[in-house]
Parts: sequence; C-alpha cells; structure tokens
Amino acid sequence: MAMNHDLVEKNVGWLILLSILTVSVAGLVEIVPLFFQHSTTTPVEGVKPYDPVRLVGRDIYVREGCYLCHSQMIRPFRAETERYGHYSVAGEFVYDHPFQWGSKRTGPDLARVGGRYSDDWHRIHLHNPRDVVPESNMPAFTWLDRPVRSDDIQAKMRALRIVGVPYTDQEIAEAPKALEGKTELEALIAYLQGLGTALKAVN
Amino acid sequence: MSDFVSPFWGYYVAVLVVASFAFLVWLLVGNTTKKPAVGQQVELQKHVWDEDLQEWNNPLPGWWMYLFWFTIAFGVVYLILYPGFGTFGGKLGWTSSGQYKEERRVADQRFDEKFNRYKDMDVKAVAADPEAREMGKRLFLTYCQQCHGSDARGAKGFPNLTNPSGWQWGSEPEQIVATITGGHQAAMPAWEQQLGAESVKDVANYVRSFSGLAHDSLRAERGKDVFAQNCVACHGPEGKGNPLVGAPNLTDKTWLYGSSEATIIETISKGRNGLMPTWGPLLGEKKIKLLAAYVYSLNTNAQ
Repeated sequence: MAMNHDLVEKNVGWLILLSILTVSVAGLVEIVPLFFQHSTTTPVEGVKPYDPVRLVGRDIYVREGCYLCHSQMIRPFRAETERYGHYSVAGEFVYDHPFQWGSKRTGPDLARVGGRYSDDWHRIHLHNPRDVVPESNMPAFTWLDRPVRSDDIQAKMRALRIVGVPYTDQEIAEAPKALEGKTELEALIAYLQGLGTALKAVN
Repeated sequence: MSDFVSPFWGYYVAVLVVASFAFLVWLLVGNTTKKPAVGQQVELQKHVWDEDLQEWNNPLPGWWMYLFWFTIAFGVVYLILYPGFGTFGGKLGWTSSGQYKEERRVADQRFDEKFNRYKDMDVKAVAADPEAREMGKRLFLTYCQQCHGSDARGAKGFPNLTNPSGWQWGSEPEQIVATITGGHQAAMPAWEQQLGAESVKDVANYVRSFSGLAHDSLRAERGKDVFAQNCVACHGPEGKGNPLVGAPNLTDKTWLYGSSEATIIETISKGRNGLMPTWGPLLGEKKIKLLAAYVYSLNTNAQ
C-alpha cells in the first residue's frame, strides 16, 4: 500500500487542513463532550449565581492576581481533603466565567475558604498578612479600603447572562443599589466567604 | 464519569477514537517498506530539489515502527481497562472518586486504630496522654494557628488559649468541644447611638475600675448606673461575664481587644462581633476530641 505524500507535501491547502485535524482531534474527543455532561453543566445544590457584591469581589480577586498564588481546586487526594475539605466538583463552577482554578499554590487553596475564618480575620489578613500569620509571604493589600465601582455592574451581569448565568432583569436593575457604600475590601471578603460553602463534609 | 445529556456524545467519542486508531494503523501500514537485501539499491524518490538533490526511499527504522505499534496496542488495552471509550466505563471499573474512597479507607483503617484508643475516654483523660496531646498539637497547627497563633497565644481579637480566663465561651471540656464543633458568634452591640459619647466614656471608666486600672472615679461613678441599665444582661451585675452568651469577664486582666480607655470606648461604641468558625463538618468528632484535649491541656498547664 503506497502512500502518496506528494499530495500533502506539495499542496498547502491539504497540509493546513490535515494539520488542523491532527492537532484538534484530542480536543474534539476529550474537551468538547465535557460541555454536554450533566455533571459539568448542572450546579451543585446550594450553588447560586454571584450576587452583585460577590461578583465585584470576584473581579477584584482577578484584578489583584490572587489566582497567581492561590488555586481554587481541591483534588481528590486525602492529603488535600484533610486540609481543605471535600474535593472540588465541576458543578460548583458553573457560574464562574472564567473559573479561578489556578495552577500554582504559593498560598493555600481557597476553594473552600468560605466560612473558615471570620470577616475580621480577613480584614486584618488582607491589610497585612503578617499580623495574623507571622511567616506569611503574601503581599499586603492596603489599598482596598475604597468604594467599589458600580457603574459597570449591570453591563457585567448582562454579559454573564449571555453566557448562561440566570440573572433576572430585576436582579440586574437592583445591582447598583446593592453596591452602595461597599468598599472593595468588603466585596472581596464577601466573595471569599462564599467560596465552596455548598459542600460541607469531607466525604 | 460520563453522564452525557444525550447518547449521541458517547457514540461521537467512540467513533472518533475508532477513526483515529484506523487512521494510525493505515498510516503505519502505508509507510512500511521492506528492508532492502544486502547490496540491493533502494529506489530514488522522483522529486529533485536544487537541480540535483535527490532522496533515497529508505524504510523507516524498525525500532521506531515497533514503538509506534506498541503505543497503539497500549491505547487499545488502556481503553479496555479504563474509562475513555464513549460511555464504556472500563473493565477495571476505575473512577477517580473510587480511588479517593479507597485511599481514605486505607488511611482511616490506619488512623482509626489511634483515634479509637481515645474514643471512650473523656477529654480530661485524653489531655493527660502525651501522644494524644502531640496529635492534637499537629491538628492545631494545621487548622487553628492561622487565628490563634502557633503558640496558641492568640492576638488582638483572637483569644489566647493558654490563658484560662481567656475562655469567654467556657473552659470546661464539653464547652470546648461545643465551641470547636459549632463555632460561636459573639454579639457585642454598638452602643454609640443609644448611649452617646459621654456615657460610653463613663461606662468605659467604670469597666476599667473592675480590674483596678487607672480611671476617672467621677466618670466611673456615673458609668455605674449606665452599666446597671445596659450591660448587666450579658456581663452580669459584677461584670463577671457569662459563658453562655460569650460575654467576657470584665474583672480580670484578660482583654481580647485591649484594655486602654480608647480601645474600651471603641469596643462599646462600635460593638464587637468575634467569630469562631464551625469546624464540625470538616474535622469530625474524633479530631475535635483530640483538639479539645490539646487546647484543654494548654489551659490547665497555665493554671
């Protein structure tokens, strides 16, 4: 059975087409079907879309680059679940666009940091981590005591609705009001305190 | 785990997998040429580059071909044993959650042996056991030191656990277990609006007088009435506190937020809402018992 490689080697059109097919086959088989599974598209019971304050807090989390040192993905290993709690499941992230799983843990995983510390602790810790954890090498976020931006919250919520987060018109209309008087620090803490609270027990 | 929204996706994966295998086999077979006999010349390929540059059509190296065949065989065996071929779960029935459960089962077996030794002992007896204290300390350093400090001496707003009078929710073993398991939310209200700045200052001076701290006796005298009307419900008529509501004893030398006049005024005006998180669901009874025993031992050591 002789092969005619001339076809591919002398025809740029075929070369491009077959190259694309070759490099995309793994993605087509392994990634595309994940978008059509119940376990990846149905929220875990108790997981709700971010309310405006937490949504803004989440954007501050992204802006400050928290994901560079903190993951939000507890892997199904005992060593991780002992420390952080139940391993992460896909249904917890259906309203995350984009998800903050991260890939680097200079600091601890934050997937279930919600409710783990008090708001006071977070306030002190974000202002200067060394005040509560002397050996911490996390930077101090001293500039968060300022009002949140609320002029773009409705646009953000509408954009998220396009990708499938079920915000109602009423929720969007009331969003700027919910942000009145909130500081960035409060929003960020509200976001952190909500992380991973849907699944409680270790198993 | 595959729980596709429609059966189509199972077939979609299966068809693409089979097609990929078929393509690779076809590619390999199509590129296999016989090894030339010794002395035999392989043919030249037809194309000529740069006027006189030509290629021999030599066969691909055997070891490389065998390696390629091996990876295909490996892939087939893998898809028979493990999940991956459409909705087929694999002969071994492997799942990542199953592997996790097995890991836990093995670990639980190993550690339950240790935990069970303390199961029927009361917390005081566990606290007397050096190995249990060591285990408790390890747990403390994982879960508790972020707030209470690695030496358990706490910080402003985070109770010092080595100080017996720092236990505003009670220092009895059952109370410690309850505190760790269910957490506590302290609720010192903000009195600024209701009392006004002057009365707050008076009551702060009165509170300072309990433990013999320097105070303005005139203000303290005035504060006495304010205290009797507003503060006794939680802190008691003598200011000795009430562990049931987490109201601290104001007559000792332990001050969670500080004892300066300014700090006490801040505490009374703005209120305090210290929070001990809930640890029951994450840690479970066995670990909480060891933690309570460790913490209790710190408390008694200090006495």
